[in-house]
Amino acid sequence: MAHSYTPGLTVTEHTTVRRRRMLSLPGGVLVATGQIVRANQAVARAELPGKVYPLNLANQLGVAPDEIHEYLVKKAGDPVRKDETLAENKPLIKWLKTEVLSPVTGVVESVSTVTGQVLLREPPRVLELLGYVDGRIVEVIPQQGVVVETDCSLVQGIFGIGGETRGEIVIAVTSPDEALTPRHLTVDMKGKVVVGGSFVSSDALVRAKEVGVAGLVIGGIHDKDLRALLGYDLGVAITGTEQVGFTLILTEGFGSIPMAGKTFALLSAHAGQPASISGATQIRAGVIRPEIIIPKQADAAGAQVAATVPQRDGIRIGDQVRIIRDPLFGKIGEVASLPSDLQKIPTESEVRVMEVRFADGSKAVIPRTNIELIEGS
Amino acid sequence: MSVPSPVPIKPVITHPLNVIVATDCGSTTTKAILIEKVGGEYRQTYRGEAPTTVEAPFEDVTRGVLNAIAEIEELSGRKILDGDKIITPCRDAKTGVDIYISTSSAGGGLQMMVTGVVQNMTGESAQRCALGAGAIVIDVLASNDGRLPHEKIERIRTMRPDMILMSGGTDGGAVTHVVEMAEYISAAEPRPRFGATYKLPLIYAGNKDAQPQVKKILGEKAALVLTDNIRPVLERENLAPARNKIHDLFLEHVMQQAPGYKKLIEMAGAPIMPTPAAVGVIMETIAKREHLNLIGVDIGGATTDVFSVFDGLFNRTVSANLGMSYSISNVLAEAGLANIMRWVPFTIDEQTLRNRIKNKMVRPTTIPQTLDELQIEHAIAREALRLALIHHKSLATALKGIQQERTISDVFEQQQSGKTLIDMLKLDLIVGSGGILSHAPRRVQSMLMMVDAYEPLGVTRLSVDSIFMMPHLGVLSTINEKAATDVFVRDCMVYLGTCVAPIGQGKDGDRCADYVITFPDGRVDKGQLLFGDLRLVPLAGDQKASITIQPVKQVNLGAGAGVSVTREVQGGVVGLLLDGRGRPLQLPTDHNARVVALTKWYQAVNLYPVLSAQK
Repeated sequence: MAHSYTPGLTVTEHTTVRRRRMLSLPGGVLVATGQIVRANQAVARAELPGKVYPLNLANQLGVAPDEIHEYLVKKAGDPVRKDETLAENKPLIKWLKTEVLSPVTGVVESVSTVTGQVLLREPPRVLELLGYVDGRIVEVIPQQGVVVETDCSLVQGIFGIGGETRGEIVIAVTSPDEALTPRHLTVDMKGKVVVGGSFVSSDALVRAKEVGVAGLVIGGIHDKDLRALLGYDLGVAITGTEQVGFTLILTEGFGSIPMAGKTFALLSAHAGQPASISGATQIRAGVIRPEIIIPKQADAAGAQVAATVPQRDGIRIGDQVRIIRDPLFGKIGEVASLPSDLQKIPTESEVRVMEVRFADGSKAVIPRTNIELIEGS
Repeated sequence: MSVPSPVPIKPVITHPLNVIVATDCGSTTTKAILIEKVGGEYRQTYRGEAPTTVEAPFEDVTRGVLNAIAEIEELSGRKILDGDKIITPCRDAKTGVDIYISTSSAGGGLQMMVTGVVQNMTGESAQRCALGAGAIVIDVLASNDGRLPHEKIERIRTMRPDMILMSGGTDGGAVTHVVEMAEYISAAEPRPRFGATYKLPLIYAGNKDAQPQVKKILGEKAALVLTDNIRPVLERENLAPARNKIHDLFLEHVMQQAPGYKKLIEMAGAPIMPTPAAVGVIMETIAKREHLNLIGVDIGGATTDVFSVFDGLFNRTVSANLGMSYSISNVLAEAGLANIMRWVPFTIDEQTLRNRIKNKMVRPTTIPQTLDELQIEHAIAREALRLALIHHKSLATALKGIQQERTISDVFEQQQSGKTLIDMLKLDLIVGSGGILSHAPRRVQSMLMMVDAYEPLGVTRLSVDSIFMMPHLGVLSTINEKAATDVFVRDCMVYLGTCVAPIGQGKDGDRCADYVITFPDGRVDKGQLLFGDLRLVPLAGDQKASITIQPVKQVNLGAGAGVSVTREVQGGVVGLLLDGRGRPLQLPTDHNARVVALTKWYQAVNLYPVLSAQK
């Protein structure tokens, strides 16, 4: 059971991250390997095929499907404008004439003599893929995308909603255990990444939307407030496409939980700097967690020290850990001992445990699966 | 209607199989077991587990497999791995294994979209076909599903299935609707979930007369496979050919694209099976061998699979978002807070409970550390099990839309076609599997969770998978039936006991039934079961007792209201559970009364060490 702990969230001042930027369908890459790119720069582009509109001409003209070719004004492949005649019949008496007009502008994609159906397709929509972070291109995957690398500070959250965005970091509270309230949110925070403390209330969420913040980074939130914000009860933690007006990142979890001191200190040290953030969360094996990436400023980037987070093989005595299950949920301490034998916990389950020492010197025995390593220490 | 779940082609194995290592790559963890031949019979000897590594940052399922096997190495002292390779066959008594086999549901399992013409006819047949093959059905499209054509196309575009199964029309019938659906799929240009550059596998199993048109429309755009119609005539389903194709394509296409699976396939000595298909094989085998009607359940972190065999007909469903970790929050969303709270024998405020459930969702590998937390998880499990069975009942039905012969006696009992096949009174055995049931600290907790969720009627036996190894044994049975049977009987199946539950309701404390139990040693226990009573009578697993129950006049035990029933009942590690709580089970609506009732029941069966309400 050497691996029976939750790989923790990374909070680190200096690391190198690579982000794979992939088009959802084949297109063209706009940059070259080695090129420096900005977060808001397009790195690849694809044409998303337009929407398809089926139209049953046979029914509308009252003819058999295999006869529709005789009535078509436009053939497969022809461009067509909205309200232009697609097909018409040719009656002896003019006022019996039926014309079928195109409901959209696009092309006639196909004509079926089996179903009598014509498929019209709207013009393609251009889909631009942005760099997301300031960095350099280290790999180009032809027709599909690129890999961007950046030297940065990195904070991973536990859960988020909303997609990728960018803004200047602003610290709205004075300490990690202070809750974010509407009065903390001022109009000059528009377009910025606002860092709160332990908790965001429902009225503060409303205020954040009014102000137009780009993102909110906070220790915890009540589930009922999240439900009110989304308009539905989130069943499965697969997020990133929500549109609530801003991106929300929780660093600790649900409830009112002070932000880890290290996380708050790191973000505070970078107040005023631009950050790229994403709320996308996918909690599956080998998860995707929300993140705050603060690229190193141009002068600092010169140092080029490869400070990637080392791969951890397991947990060691002295490691900083966060307890991630009640009754001590949210408490942070360090590993005091790692007994190898199974121990019976109050539920009567026999599990691998560890002893955690807290700042006040007290200790608690916690199942190993109920702690999370604070990585990047 | 239904057919056996698909079994992969048996590989040719020339050397003797004395040591077997098997893994199941689940959505959360990869579980490995070691099976060894000890004095002529196979036994499961060691077990290891490690987090599954199918997604970022590892993106190689074999890492988790090797980690889980490394744990077995550590515990058993047997050298199995040579770097990243599994040593096969055995070199000596302490080195290597004779075969490595695996099942997988990692990375979301096999996700399919199915299409039909009429939603509750060919649409449902296609759904049953895919479910039986071990897939998760992400959508059912049908000509009459109420969506406009452009909505259908948009839906196909946005979903990224691993595979599509098209059905529709009886052989020789009209081709228009099925061709129309092919046109929609073609227009949508669906893309697979994994691998941007390969073609999406698509099985056409509809009206055979439409095959040429479907080939013309979709032949270039998808990896099209044509097979026999799943509903050749209205009155008959023919699911086997399409199910076998699903299984072939799963191995040939989908698995090849999933991260690390190419390596996993090379490592394994037999085809990788989807986990639910392997569990299905085991469930069917039990039912057939013992001539039973059974319901099986595998409750996992992300999904709950339900299997049933009634009168020889096998059905399987998967409730994709009912589970105990990734999907735990969805159980709350679907069941509602009140339904979960009704099983919790203490008071907890809504906000705290909601936050706790969400915290489990975002940190799915955590386990309950306190008794309160354990009881909350068991309450959620009851609801997940209950909802998954409702889902199963709605799909495990007789064929819909067919003509029925009626006689004059049917005039007053008009039954619709498509009645569910699940008859709780005919049910002989409930088999539970999955973490929350297999790893419950007390076996009686598993038994009561299943009894509360399923409300068995009359006399029903219950069992549980000891440490969650049914998937492993399912795939093992395809290469060595004896090994699978040996381990199943000796190490896997734990009989919990038998539940006796009279049907009917009455006032708490009123007489429900009189009973006489004659034990194998001749001892006789006579008693009265009152409404609101839950009683546990010890009866060991290898013992059988005879029970005669005389219900009161409005209560039924399967033979009719007030009619006495005598049955032989089998014991188990829990025993004989006499359930006088009435059917349907109704819990007190008043909070305090409910806590009192739950506390009484839980104490009666010694469910938890110390009840919170007493603290």
